[in-house]
Amino acid sequence: MNASILPLLLGAGLLIGPLSARADWTQFRGAAGDSVDPSSRVPSQLGTNSVVWSIPLGGRGIASPVIVADRVFVTSSSGGRQDRLKVQCFQLSDGTLRWERTFWATGRTMTHEKISSAAPSPATDGRAIYAFFSSNDCVALDFDGNLLWYRGLGRDYPNASNSLGMASSLSVVDGVVIAQAENDSESFTAGLDARTGTNVWKLDRPKRANWTSPFPFRDASGKTSVVLQSSKGVVAIDPQTGKTRWNYGEGASTVPSTTASAGRLYVPSNGLTVLEPGTNGGFTQVWRSAQMRPGTASPVVLGNRVFALNDGGILSCADTQDGRRLWQLRLKGSFSATPVSAGGRLYCVNEEGLVQVVDPEAPSGAVLSELALHETIIGTPSIAADSLFVRSDGHLWRIGRNSSL
Amino acid sequence: MSSGTDSLPTPGREVRPGPSRSSSWSRVGGLALLLTFSQGLTAADLGSSLRELQAVAAEGRGNPAANPAWRRVAAAEARSLPTLLGAMDGANDYALNWIRAAIESVVQRELARSRTLPTEALLRFARDTHHHPRARHLAFELVGRQDPAMHDRLLPEFLNDPSPDLRRDSVQALLNEGVALATKDKPAAIAVLQKALSSVRDADQVDAVAARLKELGQPVDLPRVFGWVHRWRLIGPFDNTSGAGFEKAFPPESIIDAAAEYEGKTGKVKWREQNTTSDYGIVDFNQPFGALKSVTGYAVAEFWSDTPRRAEIRLGCKDGWKVWANGKFLFGRDEYHRGYEIDQYRMPVELQKGRNVILVKCCQNEQTEDWTKEWEFQLRVTDSSGTPIFSSR
Repeated sequence: MNASILPLLLGAGLLIGPLSARADWTQFRGAAGDSVDPSSRVPSQLGTNSVVWSIPLGGRGIASPVIVADRVFVTSSSGGRQDRLKVQCFQLSDGTLRWERTFWATGRTMTHEKISSAAPSPATDGRAIYAFFSSNDCVALDFDGNLLWYRGLGRDYPNASNSLGMASSLSVVDGVVIAQAENDSESFTAGLDARTGTNVWKLDRPKRANWTSPFPFRDASGKTSVVLQSSKGVVAIDPQTGKTRWNYGEGASTVPSTTASAGRLYVPSNGLTVLEPGTNGGFTQVWRSAQMRPGTASPVVLGNRVFALNDGGILSCADTQDGRRLWQLRLKGSFSATPVSAGGRLYCVNEEGLVQVVDPEAPSGAVLSELALHETIIGTPSIAADSLFVRSDGHLWRIGRNSSL
Repeated sequence: MSSGTDSLPTPGREVRPGPSRSSSWSRVGGLALLLTFSQGLTAADLGSSLRELQAVAAEGRGNPAANPAWRRVAAAEARSLPTLLGAMDGANDYALNWIRAAIESVVQRELARSRTLPTEALLRFARDTHHHPRARHLAFELVGRQDPAMHDRLLPEFLNDPSPDLRRDSVQALLNEGVALATKDKPAAIAVLQKALSSVRDADQVDAVAARLKELGQPVDLPRVFGWVHRWRLIGPFDNTSGAGFEKAFPPESIIDAAAEYEGKTGKVKWREQNTTSDYGIVDFNQPFGALKSVTGYAVAEFWSDTPRRAEIRLGCKDGWKVWANGKFLFGRDEYHRGYEIDQYRMPVELQKGRNVILVKCCQNEQTEDWTKEWEFQLRVTDSSGTPIFSSR
């Protein structure tokens, strides 16, 4: 890059924020971790003819699908003890199963009945698919299903578990797989070497159950950090060493995760708190709103609007400049899944499997269309190839334009 | 569900069924002299590659060497599947998964090429109880991939199998049969379900079979089926303010003296008998001591064994807990009110001939919500398949 234009780009915020390209949906909430794919052309008017294909899955799960080029990766668990951990690879065009691998859980598999061992979402760095499970088993496979490495973190650290289940998704940053296993007892987050799975670093973390996911971002100085969110607040760490760069200690939720937009972090803390990391290793608190309280779903930012969806289906919209709440819209049903966005719309899937497409530009928000999938859905959808990918305990749906095949 | 498919590890020791590595490898080595397993892969290559997979260990040790070895193993032909399965004998949990993934890769490739799996050899493997229980179950699954009818026809022979998974599948088939018969032939349904009840080990299947029998008017002695330890002595309350009691060693951790009296949280405390008749073996501290908070209690039981033997102590508890057997600390966990279930934690134990002493520490925290009232646990002693072992006195 021409060094002379770097300050201009930094000043414009063009280098601040998410790390990955948007072509693929590479992790929980997408390549940027912001739940947004602005370039995708997912239909806003959904109906039964919007189901391009649906296929049965090999087990239960709430993990989001990961999509790379023509492949869709999904994790599941099965067996009477949910101790069979499965990674499946499907053909994006028609849902054909390309390969599957099953592993035996080495850690505890007890979870709340709503979820199962396949709660954390997998992630990819474009070289491999990294899958993580509530039992703290972590596996790396290449895109053809060849095993690269296996870690039984639940066997290695046997008191790192949660009887309600673990759900923190993986993130991969510059050759390090970030695996968060935070719980009431042996609580830690580890950085694993993406090539071998061995520990690069391992941090003791607050002894408190935590279902949030690590969030990588690039700060104003161009450094990549990973936000670890917990009941204590958030810390930004160096993904190569695990060392703390800055710490926000005013508490945070242990369910919805931080997101980012235009160089700012939107942290589910005391409602919603917006932090702006600086170039000197610190941060500035921009605003805080007690009215914006995400439930299980993580916040989503579109342009100058931030959205928080609570468990009861109230979608709140606020101005990103000051946190002032602009409107609220009651959606149908109760929610666990984070809304995702394509083409400026929000796609919200409730626990009864009803997809509701929201126009966030309408004066008080408006539901444009609905599609009932008639199955319990807890997991956050993914977006790729102008389609929405939704999974339940039993099925995976591709929702889009049938002509897109 | 259970605590996972395996018991909690004993530091410095891996408890695994099946022959030792040397004995399994003598078999593999014998085959290695005779066979070439795939194009470009000699038997010796396969043997050394499998050894690399068996060498993986905690914290990813052995992973770098296992990676290229895995590719060589995954290149094997279908006829080598029994050899690959045999390499699971004596393998640790990490190695089991490396080998399983290679087997799946072989099966996927060979079936895609319309080649057949060696059904007879796989069936022999599945029937041989000297092999690793998981390897046997996987072998039988592969029989089913090749010949589903054979799988279903032979499944009943595994009803009392030491492999928990083979037994589970066989029990499930009986349960399904009993349910199907219930509306057509009640006596036949009862007979089938009673047969299932005599073999069932997994808690969820026990409940399913018992519920069906109850619908058919048949009582089920659940405490006997589960085999709970039901005769206990309790002492408490000791303090657990701010969770500090979990790490504090109160007198029962040093000596079990039935006649002793100690200073507790609110006054003198002494041991008292507490027998449970609960279907689910619940030992409830709230019953004798009241619904207390921020407290610690202990429960002690004598367990008599006719012979020295390896066993498992299986615990369900949603409070902070620690367990000792014959004065040896087995495991502990300071998680509160996240839920519990039968066989939530499995701890390997060596029972000694005669009297064994099981001590449970159970800590209640300060939470006040309705769902945090329970100050209790359930415990049973079983073999590795989940078959209850009863105290001989």
